[in-house]
Amino acid sequence: MEHISELILVAVSAAIINNFVLHYFVGICPFIGVSRRVDMAFGMGCAVTFVITIAGLLSWIFTYYILRPGAPLAVLVIGEGADLSILSYIVYIFVIASSVQLVEMYVRKFFPPLYKSFGVFLPLITTNCAILFACLEIMKYVAVGKGADPWGLDTALVLAIFGGVGFTIAIVIMAGIREELDYCDVPRSLRGAGITLIVAGILSLAFMGFGGVDRSLKEVMSPAKAAAVAVDDDEEYIGAPTTMPAAKPADGDAGAEITMKTQRGAVQ
Amino acid sequence: MSNDGPTSGERFLRGLIPENPVYRQLLGMCPTLAVTGGMNTAMTMAGAVAFVLICANVLTSLIRNLLKPHLRILVFTLTIATFVTIADRLLACYMYQMSKELGPYIPLIIVNCVIICRCEVCASKQSVAIAASDAVGQSLGFALALASVASVREILGSGTFFGLRVMPEAWPEWGIMVMPPGAFLTLGLLLGLANWIGAIREKKSGTAA
Repeated sequence: MEHISELILVAVSAAIINNFVLHYFVGICPFIGVSRRVDMAFGMGCAVTFVITIAGLLSWIFTYYILRPGAPLAVLVIGEGADLSILSYIVYIFVIASSVQLVEMYVRKFFPPLYKSFGVFLPLITTNCAILFACLEIMKYVAVGKGADPWGLDTALVLAIFGGVGFTIAIVIMAGIREELDYCDVPRSLRGAGITLIVAGILSLAFMGFGGVDRSLKEVMSPAKAAAVAVDDDEEYIGAPTTMPAAKPADGDAGAEITMKTQRGAVQ
Repeated sequence: MSNDGPTSGERFLRGLIPENPVYRQLLGMCPTLAVTGGMNTAMTMAGAVAFVLICANVLTSLIRNLLKPHLRILVFTLTIATFVTIADRLLACYMYQMSKELGPYIPLIIVNCVIICRCEVCASKQSVAIAASDAVGQSLGFALALASVASVREILGSGTFFGLRVMPEAWPEWGIMVMPPGAFLTLGLLLGLANWIGAIREKKSGTAA
């Protein structure tokens, strides 16, 4: 039961709370380029989800069995203390390029109508940051060295799939908004990427409202493990949710200090 | 290779503003949004990208006659991945705190469209000197773009510039600026500004000519 709750947390976190596009800024290029129409956006989202799942699966296998410090196969060949994690990036990019090739060949052969609708996006996906980002996240939780539990295949797959789902959600919402924007009078210099980024900013603001949901879910579902599970343990890095600076109290309002913390502690 | 394209000097200057990777070519927006919360991280990222871009361009240009057409993107990507690994380890070794802050965005340089695009468009077809000057120009342009977004976000968002306080104490820090929405809004508005300035200059040179 606790493991299921951890999986649900990872899923919700990857798809909505720490949305790949609106929070971690990965996959921006297709997000801006392909989000003109809802059907194209949905096709791109499905293609990305598909590839990200396969890439996530393969990179978990490589990281768990070969690359991480103390990995079984590496220790077998090189001996105790083997740490091949320096090769991670090269292996991941190989994995991603081959996943894309595999998916393209498979879809073209077995689902020709599907290939017609989203096959053209597939070569673009190789340079999609979202896929490499998913692999890096998996590496972060699997290549943990001694002491901590590396993520199992199920958690890694859930992260990958729901990361793709989150990307699809974001891109489809953006496509819907852009279809409406076609009827609006956008200033000439903002047309295209400018207005898309501004709308993405507002969307990102809206998604920030989900901050804190994972912490509360954690407390509800598995109170004992709430402190231990490392879903968003990333204190220092840039994509990590930051603490909003406390609003300075207005003159004469000495006692009322509003502290808002996103995704860290309670939202007051 | 043929020299009928722009010369080294021209390529260098083009990369700065006329063909700026972020504002004109709309490439490399992931790091532009992600690491521009402060000038420190932005300039570190610009330095890392410059290192990878220059090395990758030079190496690609050196092996350009050996590339098979259908494998070239993979070769570019592997070259870039190697240099990014080097850059990542160097950063982790000499600037550990910065490396922690930049997190996954250094390895994401591998899929930065700017580098792959320059390898494909320029380095695989031109001599080493031209490729190198193109790389230097593009990385400086990228650094300029990062600096523009980062200064706005940092000054408005934390009142500092490179970590030094520049805004008066009474300035209410616009926390939103250092968070994702601020990144999107800043880049979108700056893009609009860049397009507007470009349109005005075109109009001026159009009526003057």
